[in-house]
Amino acid sequence: MIPSAFDYAAPATVEEALGLLSKAAADGNDVKVLAGGQSLIPVMKLRMADPSLVVDLGRIGGLSGVTDNGNSLVIGAMTPHHVMATDPLVAQHLPLLQQAAATVADPQVRHRGTFGGALVHADPAGDMPAPVLATGATFVLAGPGGERRVDAADFFQGYFTTAVEEGEILTSIEVPKYTGWGSHYEKFTRVAQQWSIVAVAALVRVEGGGIAEARIGLTNMASTPLRATGVEAALAGAPLTVEAITAACSHAGEGTEPASDLNGDAGYRKHLAQVLATRAVLAAVGL
Amino acid sequence: MTATAETRPEVGTARLRKEDAHLITGRSRFTDNMVLPGMLHLAMVRSPFAHARITAIDVSAAKASPGVFAVLTGADVAGEQGSLPNAWPITPDQKAPAHPAIAVDEVAFAGEVVAVVIARSVAAARDAVELVDVDYEELPVVMDLEEAATDKVLAHTSLESNKSATWVFDSGEAGTGTAIADALANSDVVVERTLYQQRLIPAFMEPRSIVVDPTGQQITMWSATQIPHILRLMLALTLGIPESKLRVVAPDVGGGFGGKLQVTPEEVITLLAARRMGKPVKYTETRSESLQAGHHGRAQVQRLKIGATKDGTVTGLHVDLLADMGAYLGLVTSGVPILGAFMYNSIYKFPSYHFECHNIFTNKAWTDAYRGAGRPEATFAIERMMDELAVELNMDPLELREKNWIKHDEFPFATVAGLEYDTGNYEAATAKAVELFGYEELRAEQKRRRDAKEKVQLGIGVSTFTEMCGLAPSRVLGSLSYGAGGWEHAQVRVLPTGNVEVVTGSSAHGQGHETAWSQLVADRLGVPFENVEVLHGDTQVSQRGLDTYGSRSLSVGGMAVLAAADKVIEKAKVIAAHLMEASEDDLEFTNGSFTVKGTDQSTALGEIALAVFAAHNLPDGVEPNLDSEATFDPVNFSFPHGTHLAAMEVDTETGEVNVLKYVCVDDVGVVVNPMLVEGQVHGGLAQGIAQALYEEAVYDDAGTLVTGSFVDYLVPSAPDLPHYITDRTETRATSNQLGAKGVGEAGTIASTPAIVNGILDAVRHLGVKDIKMPCTPSRVWHALQEAETTGGVQ
Ligand SMILES: Cc1cc2nc3c(=O)[nH]c(=O)nc-3n(C[C@H](O)[C@H](O)[C@H](O)COP(=O)(O)OP(=O)(O)OC[C@H]3O[C@@H](n4cnc5c(N)ncnc54)[C@H](O)[C@@H]3O)c2cc1C
Repeated sequence: MIPSAFDYAAPATVEEALGLLSKAAADGNDVKVLAGGQSLIPVMKLRMADPSLVVDLGRIGGLSGVTDNGNSLVIGAMTPHHVMATDPLVAQHLPLLQQAAATVADPQVRHRGTFGGALVHADPAGDMPAPVLATGATFVLAGPGGERRVDAADFFQGYFTTAVEEGEILTSIEVPKYTGWGSHYEKFTRVAQQWSIVAVAALVRVEGGGIAEARIGLTNMASTPLRATGVEAALAGAPLTVEAITAACSHAGEGTEPASDLNGDAGYRKHLAQVLATRAVLAAVGL
Repeated sequence: MTATAETRPEVGTARLRKEDAHLITGRSRFTDNMVLPGMLHLAMVRSPFAHARITAIDVSAAKASPGVFAVLTGADVAGEQGSLPNAWPITPDQKAPAHPAIAVDEVAFAGEVVAVVIARSVAAARDAVELVDVDYEELPVVMDLEEAATDKVLAHTSLESNKSATWVFDSGEAGTGTAIADALANSDVVVERTLYQQRLIPAFMEPRSIVVDPTGQQITMWSATQIPHILRLMLALTLGIPESKLRVVAPDVGGGFGGKLQVTPEEVITLLAARRMGKPVKYTETRSESLQAGHHGRAQVQRLKIGATKDGTVTGLHVDLLADMGAYLGLVTSGVPILGAFMYNSIYKFPSYHFECHNIFTNKAWTDAYRGAGRPEATFAIERMMDELAVELNMDPLELREKNWIKHDEFPFATVAGLEYDTGNYEAATAKAVELFGYEELRAEQKRRRDAKEKVQLGIGVSTFTEMCGLAPSRVLGSLSYGAGGWEHAQVRVLPTGNVEVVTGSSAHGQGHETAWSQLVADRLGVPFENVEVLHGDTQVSQRGLDTYGSRSLSVGGMAVLAAADKVIEKAKVIAAHLMEASEDDLEFTNGSFTVKGTDQSTALGEIALAVFAAHNLPDGVEPNLDSEATFDPVNFSFPHGTHLAAMEVDTETGEVNVLKYVCVDDVGVVVNPMLVEGQVHGGLAQGIAQALYEEAVYDDAGTLVTGSFVDYLVPSAPDLPHYITDRTETRATSNQLGAKGVGEAGTIASTPAIVNGILDAVRHLGVKDIKMPCTPSRVWHALQEAETTGGVQ
């Protein structure tokens, strides 16, 4: 289908982009930021969104790429999924993100769709938010009042809603390194190229034959990505046995409010969360 | 005439498809690629409601929108649009609502067209669609088939009942078998089940597209259709346009699966719009429109009873169907379930059979032909019931089938459904499949996993099938009240250069006719494969034909091609005799040349063609051409068959299903091109497996299609499908000279029950008795939970 008519701007700098956003807001115009367009364009084509102005971030230099920042990696918002899935720094320090990015859609979508776009879009079934939440990353936002940093725990606020305010742009995400941690993203779908029905992101630190610490993210178990805090608590100090891990992961459905749809009802999703959490943690620790 | 397969082995060779080069490189002529001078574009205004009265339509804002030429409503074209055709009234008293291309005062499914915008560009047309203001008065909707059958809510206010027709076949009454009541009463066991055939969407790759050019002497329509000839006739009848004033072209067409076997509202609307504007007009649907408003398939409730004696001899089958027509009767909507009526007895010999089908309207898109059309439904039902019976009798499912199937030395066999199966060998196909599959080893592995109570259980799904295809003998179709015959037409022309043009009425949309027909003709005329050009799909080029569906092309259309080639040889022989001053009786035709027997005097077909063109020296009364035409109408259907075996893994933790191994051995008769056959089998299996595991058109209670995009309507792709192990056995069809049976639908028909039987076999010991299709992980898991809480059976 064809979107409604809209104006298009491709600014060269973040400042210029912010200027366009605030001007549009002042004029009472509906404006949308365009990253990879893999979510925005379909919605516009279906005429479920009809912004009068689209501000394309694609020409702004410095918004894409991964840099080493000591204890963390700084990932540009415009970094495509494909880069996330193949970048050596990500592979070394954040294999969880690498693995999750590789499960997104197909090669075409992964080359256009971006890390930042997926996070701001905040689809409950999207594959990047839960792993990023598990890492405890920090989101860097540029806005009319300057730069703002938001913790991952505060970033995802609701169904397709994040801490990014009107007039703001996500410029980068600082993700702490988890070098040496075990990790695994366990995604459950009905067909190969599909959004997650449920998925579990696991980061596990093993020390002295037991689990020292675990950070577990849940995809599509509520209107936002969730941390499975019950599982995390139960895993801390648990021995490296299938039984202990299975028992700890039986908490995965706690505090979740998954939707019911054609792929499964809420009860099934809660059950899946436990099974997938178990599988994710077992894979993360190599059992 | 001699079979030439020995001398020039084109038939039987896995030739690469000659049509692929342009299709794969995109140098193709799909309808949407057409651009004509001054062409306008259409966009449809579609009803968001499943059932409503149209109380007012305000088109003024849309008309005033930039680039818009006109907006037409149903009222504007009420006098000329007629009612879309149903060519298969299955009973004399069949009821059907009027079916205007643009709804006039009532809509009966969401997606029905209520107005059309004609504009300079697609974008302008789409923008104006948003501005058309339609007032609807919502009416109650009836979405559920079983509920619709009760008539509590009516799908159309113009009808007094949702029942369209009831069609009955009874072997006692027909004299093809005994009375069902007695047969079941005298059985040791009677198994009764209700099975559900979910609604499917054909989901062809190329959306439907139409261009109509009304300028010039004739109206020309290019359409992404399977049926240019039928379409032309039906448009002429529906719109009162002289047939000779209409030319229909199906250029490259990207798949159909029955979904483009239709005379669509969009075709009528595009034609009417072009005629009004006096300019070429194009309409190409969006994917969402395609899913919403193209016809759907299957959608039946099957209430079944099968009887047997203790030793496993089936005594009879009682079939009582509810078939969901959706909101209207399309081209063959009402006949689809009837095509299945002859196949419920499948490969079995049981003596008693009763079939009744109640065609019911609902407020959904109308159903119609979808790959297999009626036959997959029938095969699913009988193959599921054979498994249920095997469980009841504690027999191996293959053993039960063997006990009941027609043995190879019992052919020809008059079936309880009134057909005569000419040939087949179920023993041979099954033996080969069992061996390739490793049946015993997999049974042992299944037992091991069960005993060990492993999380991933194994099941074996069996499906033996046959189908009637090669549609078909015109007389038989007539006896079923089908509105057309089943012949096919072809022309063969040897050009002055010796190249050969073949014109076929069976127009391909991906199957590979160009390649297969070239192979047939190359063999028969002794010319190189490359020198044969196959023309089709344009009523001005191929004036007669009945198009492509029902696995009919080779066994009917291919035969017409061969018959036309034979006529060319006959004609050329007269000329060859004249040129060589020999007697016709002394000539033999081999490898493309006539030779005077016992001499080295010969003349090639190409030389004769050139001499004919020059016409300097022709025998008296011989016209200067090497053209011929022929029509073939088979005396019987053909009956491919096969045995499919699926090893299914079921993850009892998640309900996820995995096809571990899939073996199929098909007997499709004589094979012209093994690669084309393999391709048809693979694609067919994918669609059959898709019904078992993935696809379902789901509506919500208000009548909105929930699976309105490919995000929710899950069509599997390569990574979702197993590696297939395919093989063949061969018995010749006797209904055509070549011995070919047809392969277009085999995989789709056989695979669905193989998969579902396999899933149930994996979890039956845990207490699961049935799972509705598609067997999604969530449904499988819920079935396991329910079995566990109700204690299950052990
Ligand atoms: C066929 C298909 C399959 C897919 N399958 C999956 C899947 O399996 N898993 C999955 O996770 N995703 C999937 N996706 C979505 C994909 O990951 C998208 O790329 C992602 O959701 C959005 O990223 P984008 O860069 O394309 O953003 P866009 O579509 O350009 O933008 C999305 C939204 O975010 C806003 N936005 C984007 N960037 C910024 C920024 N820097 N600052 C502020 N606002 C911004 C936009 O205004 C818009 O509202 C699929 C998409 C398609 C088309």
